[in-house]
Amino acid sequence: MTTVSVLLFASYADAFGTRRLPVALSAPCAVADVVSALRSLPGGDRLPAKPLVAVNHAFASYDLIVQPTDEVALIPPVAGG
Amino acid sequence: MASPATSSAGLLHSAIVAAPIDVARLISLAQADGVGALSVFLGTVRDLNDGRPVTGMDYEAYEAMAASELAAVAREVCAATPGLRVTIEHRIGTLAIGEVSVAIVAAHAHRGPAMDGSRAIIESLKQRVPIWKREHYVDGDRAWVDPTKSARTLTEGAR
Repeated sequence: MTTVSVLLFASYADAFGTRRLPVALSAPCAVADVVSALRSLPGGDRLPAKPLVAVNHAFASYDLIVQPTDEVALIPPVAGG
Repeated sequence: MASPATSSAGLLHSAIVAAPIDVARLISLAQADGVGALSVFLGTVRDLNDGRPVTGMDYEAYEAMAASELAAVAREVCAATPGLRVTIEHRIGTLAIGEVSVAIVAAHAHRGPAMDGSRAIIESLKQRVPIWKREHYVDGDRAWVDPTKSARTLTEGAR
């Protein structure tokens, strides 16, 4: 098992009621596994079909393998400007 | 975060800031003797969105990533536009109607690349930089803006 700490922002932080959520997964786990695990948690039904994920400050594909030391963040639809 | 005074081109300054943006300073940093045109884009908080009166706005960022993406967006446009000089800041926190949320200065020897440069940067910023805004409404309600669900999105890019 490995625990990934996922950062949450804006509407996603509201959905889960927190800004940081530890997710326990069996290693090795991909970005897709992190999203699936989040979806099963309370509030996870408010996520869109394929939310954007950033790993170490870069947008990541769903097949990227996540290391426990990686900084993983769920990125709501951006609205800067 | 500001670069030393230099006549070289490229991204000269970029930052996510919590205080009001000093636009005059961004213009000054972009100025150089070889500059013949500065295009300044300011994004401001509007009092109406999707037909609903808005009284203010909270801006939130994934700060570390927003800072790096903001710089990456500006650097990409600079790389595609030889001679372009760019300074840029995006503000976060609670803003009132009319306040500046983002300022982009694109300076060049000629107006075409300067104006195209500032436009390219704001369009790319809106697609990529992890910043979110929550509108305050007259009735006290607040909601995060989701451009993927806005009725305005389809026409906004054409304006």
